[in-house]
Amino acid sequence: MVLKCNLITGRTIDQGRAYEGSKLSDEMTRAGAIVELDPDDMAELHIMTGSVVSIKTDFGEVIVRAIKSPNAPHKGVAFIPMGIWANQVINEDTTGIGTPSFKGISCNIEPAPGKKVLSPQEIAESFKS
Amino acid sequence: MGEIKEYTDCVCPFCGSLCDDIVLKVDENNEIVEVENACTIGTRKFFSSNELDDRVQAPMIRKNGKLVETDIETAINEAAKILINADYPLLYGFSSTEAGAQAVGIELAEEVGAILDNTASVCHGPTILAEQDVGASGATLGEIKARADVIMYVGSNPANAHPRHLSRYSTFIRGYFREKGIMERKLIVIDPRYTDTAKLATDFVQVQQGKDFELLSAMRAVLKGAEIPEEVAGVKKEKIIELVNIMKNAQFGVLFFGMGLTQTIGKHRNIDSAVLLVKDLNSFSKWIILPMRGHWNVCGANVVFTWQTGYPYSINFARGYPRYNPGEFSANDILIRKETDAALIISSDPISNFPKVSSEWLGKIPLIVIDPHKTPTTLIGDVVFPAAMAGIEAEGTGYRMDAVPIRMKKVKQPPNENILTDKEILEKILKKVKELRK
Repeated sequence: MVLKCNLITGRTIDQGRAYEGSKLSDEMTRAGAIVELDPDDMAELHIMTGSVVSIKTDFGEVIVRAIKSPNAPHKGVAFIPMGIWANQVINEDTTGIGTPSFKGISCNIEPAPGKKVLSPQEIAESFKS
Repeated sequence: MGEIKEYTDCVCPFCGSLCDDIVLKVDENNEIVEVENACTIGTRKFFSSNELDDRVQAPMIRKNGKLVETDIETAINEAAKILINADYPLLYGFSSTEAGAQAVGIELAEEVGAILDNTASVCHGPTILAEQDVGASGATLGEIKARADVIMYVGSNPANAHPRHLSRYSTFIRGYFREKGIMERKLIVIDPRYTDTAKLATDFVQVQQGKDFELLSAMRAVLKGAEIPEEVAGVKKEKIIELVNIMKNAQFGVLFFGMGLTQTIGKHRNIDSAVLLVKDLNSFSKWIILPMRGHWNVCGANVVFTWQTGYPYSINFARGYPRYNPGEFSANDILIRKETDAALIISSDPISNFPKVSSEWLGKIPLIVIDPHKTPTTLIGDVVFPAAMAGIEAEGTGYRMDAVPIRMKKVKQPPNENILTDKEILEKILKKVKELRK
């Protein structure tokens, strides 16, 4: 089962707390490696809060955990807190003004049981080749 | 029990609200033991200065693929050499440090002919472009607190990103002409999600994601008496008319906006539309517009850059004089095009905030990082400097989101003598660059 969604990113209070000095912690992974989905969309995907999902866009793929959105209803809109996981799938197009497109990216979400959610260290170190 | 010193009227170095009523208690071990009045994120930031395991504690340079500790002079020398040897270096960050360090950063950029950019290029850069296009009517947060009776947040969720904004400046606070606080104010929230801010609103309008320009334009059309379709951007015509009537009848209205407008399709054109809506509203009532600045001193970065170079961000010193062209000289553009061949990142974490392709290029070029904490960016740096936390371990000036400068206090020492302030580190690099070039 694959769900087509419109992906947006932004701040959350948990992500904000983890950003202050704990960017390499498990707390950061718990706050940032998530996607908030509308409960109806989760039912369609047959997943629950905590299920591992893969998010694919034209710009990359990332493995995160789905959670039931505290800001629902927003059917068809998926939300990842701004951070290193969101960056793996956002649109780098700066549309000629320098600002990448962090919101409004079409994505495919599907359950990915057993796949590993990477830590911030693992993602960062993958850039240092 | 040792002596505990209390510091009052401290300023919080987290977000652009720069709350200046913080009370801190510091014990004899140089640890902050109590934080009063700050929000949950600000409190966390103050306490993070104590967490030595999360701090960079000594200068480091990369040897055989691994970061190893070194002394400050070696690190300064290495950083200066990287900048001198680069053809097209990038100096980026500056938004979580104080104005003095920003000014030295500009001098260093000019000296090495660098691209100079701050974090506005990934947040409110489009706002600056729009304001350069169509202007903006503004006010200080004090005016808003005293007078505003209609408060709008568009594409902004301060309950999560600026947690004390509503209670301290805009909505719940009692003001000189708003003695009953929230009882005399209306809160309108426009967002594609039913956010924590929307849950507090008197009116919540759920706009379709990416259709902000359409909705703002429809509101302008209604204001001018034109007909609009039955539904625009997922919002019913009646609701838009009702909203516009509330706005027209405000005594003092304020439109705050955030990344919901600047990072969505349309970007600076969304802000153009919001500014023009506010301009039109001023034919009926008093309205102002204010961006919700994120980092505590990103406004300062724009102010200091502008006063010293003439331009707020995306500046190129390659020809020895400043040139400005967002989209060409912005950090992400030169990283995505793989043009830059070295970078100095100060008080910022692009690996956590830039698209993947930009991070990939940062990983391939010599990278100097100045940061108080361990971050994904310090992990991949080639020269890493520990820094004192500006606003906690170093004093200086910050600019609030309304461009009001506020003096930040120093309440404790950095964890050890290896740890200098951002300004001191940049001054040492600048001095070394000049020495090596002689």
